[in-house]
This record gives sequence, C-alpha cells and structure tokens, in this order.
Amino acid sequence: MDTKRQYEVVFIVDPTADEEVPKLTESFSQIITDQGGTVTKAETMGKRQLAYEILHHKDGTFVLLEIEGSGREIAELERRMRVNDRVLRYITVRVDEDRRRAEKLKARRARKAAKRPERGGSSSQRRGPAMEFAEASSE
Amino acid sequence: MSSNYEDRNRGGYDSDDDGDRRPMGGRGGGRRMHRRRVCRFCIDKVDLIDFKDVRLLQNYLPERGKILPRRISGTCATHQRMLAEAIKRARNIALLPYTTD
Repeated sequence: MDTKRQYEVVFIVDPTADEEVPKLTESFSQIITDQGGTVTKAETMGKRQLAYEILHHKDGTFVLLEIEGSGREIAELERRMRVNDRVLRYITVRVDEDRRRAEKLKARRARKAAKRPERGGSSSQRRGPAMEFAEASSE
Repeated sequence: MSSNYEDRNRGGYDSDDDGDRRPMGGRGGGRRMHRRRVCRFCIDKVDLIDFKDVRLLQNYLPERGKILPRRISGTCATHQRMLAEAIKRARNIALLPYTTD
C-alpha cells in the first residue's frame, strides 16, 4: 500500500504583515521538507475579505499549500501555525482519499460511456449499433 | 488542483448521461415551485466539491447563511453531503459566513 497522503493546508495571514507572506510560506515549506514531506504546490490566493471577523481583522491573505507526506509533518506544521501570531487561522484537509474516489468514479463513467454510447437506454444489450464498440467492453 | 478559487466554472454539459437521472425537461436548476428538480452536480458530473470554490458554494447559501436543504435545491444525497462538508470547511476559514444578519 502506498503510504503517502495528500493534504491541502490553507492558512490566513494577518493583512498588516503582508510583506511577510513569502517568508512565512517559505519557512512553513521548510518545516515540511525537514520532516520528510514534500510541498507539491504553494500558492498565495491573495488578499480577501473575511466572511466574519477574526481577532478584529476584516480581511486576510490566504495561502494554499499542497503537501504530500506521512502526516507527521502536518502535526509539526500545525503546531507552528498555532503559535504564530501572524497566522489568523488555518485548515488542513486530507484530500488523497476523496481524489482517489473521484478518479474511480470518473473511470467507471468512462467505461460505461464506452459500453453504450447511445443515450438513455438502461440495458446495455439489445442495442445493435453498439456492436461496433465491442472492443471496449472487453475490460 | 484548483488555482483560481474565485472564478471557476464547473464542467459543462456532456453528451452522455448515466441513465437513472433524466435531464430532459426544464434546465437543471429548477428551484422554487415544483418543477422537476435534478441534481446539478450529477448533470455536471462533479466528483469532488472543493471548499475553496466560493462562487459555487455561495449558490447553496441563501441570505441567512444556512445551507440550502436539498428538498429545495434538488441536489442528490451524495452531492448534498459533499456540499455540506465543503461549506463547513469554507466557514471554518472565513471564506463563508456562519450567519448573516
């Protein structure tokens, strides 16, 4: 079994510390790599109004990190973010399982579509013209 | 995976459908009244609802900020679950409000 897990981490940085965003992102990425994980994507989503006030802030800079690893580095990262005053809030979402599920559904749909290209019919048999696509149904 | 969490449109209408849903008749989003309600996500073949996709989620968050029940939106159970989860995540990081008044 593949033990790599994928995570999406979004955190909000204090808007008054805007210049620090690249530095923060860099240091968080460093933490991840130090712990043996990899950062597959680091992206600043920009300054954005918050839907509600957090610590009297009405807006903040959102940063997205995509991380691959064992899960250990997430613990460390969250600890760091918790103690950092610049980070107003963060959320970590594990995405590998959902993505795999989505892939599976997509594959199944593709297979189904290959089997019966005609619209509407629920039974895959009784359709003569579909025979041309017979080679797809061998899987 | 999604870069622009603001402007992103869901995958368009494909030619084939999965059979059990009937996207004929009125468009997907028949809400209010008792028009035929079909799950928009099923039609668009959405497998994954991203919590960063604020534009999309906002459609399911009426003025008060509550999650639109599926009896009104017509969303199927599977997608409503995914949707609710995504909305809750988005609320957590202040992309969406918990309440509005």
